[in-house]
Amino acid sequence: MIDIIIILTLILLGYIFGSIAEKNHYKSIREREKKFMRLPTISLKTPLNPDNITKSRLVVGNVVISVDYFKRVLAGLKNIFGGNMTSYETLVDRARREAILRLKEDAKGASEIINLKLETSSINKSAKGTIGSIEIFAYGTAIYRK
Amino acid sequence: MIITNIESIPNREIVDHFGVVSGSTVRAKHVGRDMMAGIKNIFGGELKGYTELLTESREEAMDRMTTQAKYLGANAIVNVRFSTSSVAAGAAELYVYGTAVKIV
Repeated sequence: MIDIIIILTLILLGYIFGSIAEKNHYKSIREREKKFMRLPTISLKTPLNPDNITKSRLVVGNVVISVDYFKRVLAGLKNIFGGNMTSYETLVDRARREAILRLKEDAKGASEIINLKLETSSINKSAKGTIGSIEIFAYGTAIYRK
Repeated sequence: MIITNIESIPNREIVDHFGVVSGSTVRAKHVGRDMMAGIKNIFGGELKGYTELLTESREEAMDRMTTQAKYLGANAIVNVRFSTSSVAAGAAELYVYGTAVKIV
């Protein structure tokens, strides 16, 4: 009986705090994405325009993000019926956008970022093999112009 | 030391190659961080401790790579790649490699 109460409390806590955190995170991501709209980040290997380049350097950004208990339970249920795991999709979406934003923050004063690469790795916490938390690492070359 | 992850350095000419240079670190998280992560696993959100840990480890790996490149007499590293693998439970290896070159 006490076990069920603990699990239900965890689910409830996960739902409340998880959804608040996600909403706030999306809000801040959208605001910062607007701010960095003028900094093109592309996956081409050559600069858009080869003139006037003064400097180039490697820029990085990374984030480790964890899924909440409610979403984990939800995903466990989805595993039975199959289909899109929306709860995990938003998790990786948030993490990727956050990592790219941090990369752009690292590249202050750059005119563009080329050859953007994204790397995903899961930091396994639980023994069952479910995704506990994921790390997204973004790197690219910042191009500075006169 | 100029580091890029493209094959060249814009507006500079590569005059000499020194082959592949690499650096790696294997880091384990400490108990305090692990406990915090356990709590965060209920509420969700960013695990700042881990983010910092991985950033530090990558910087360390890049330091080792640049030291090796300097030893060879290079002044730039091109085509840098990162890779992450977990070697044991609770420990991750961060590996970075690239080509050491001399530019003018």
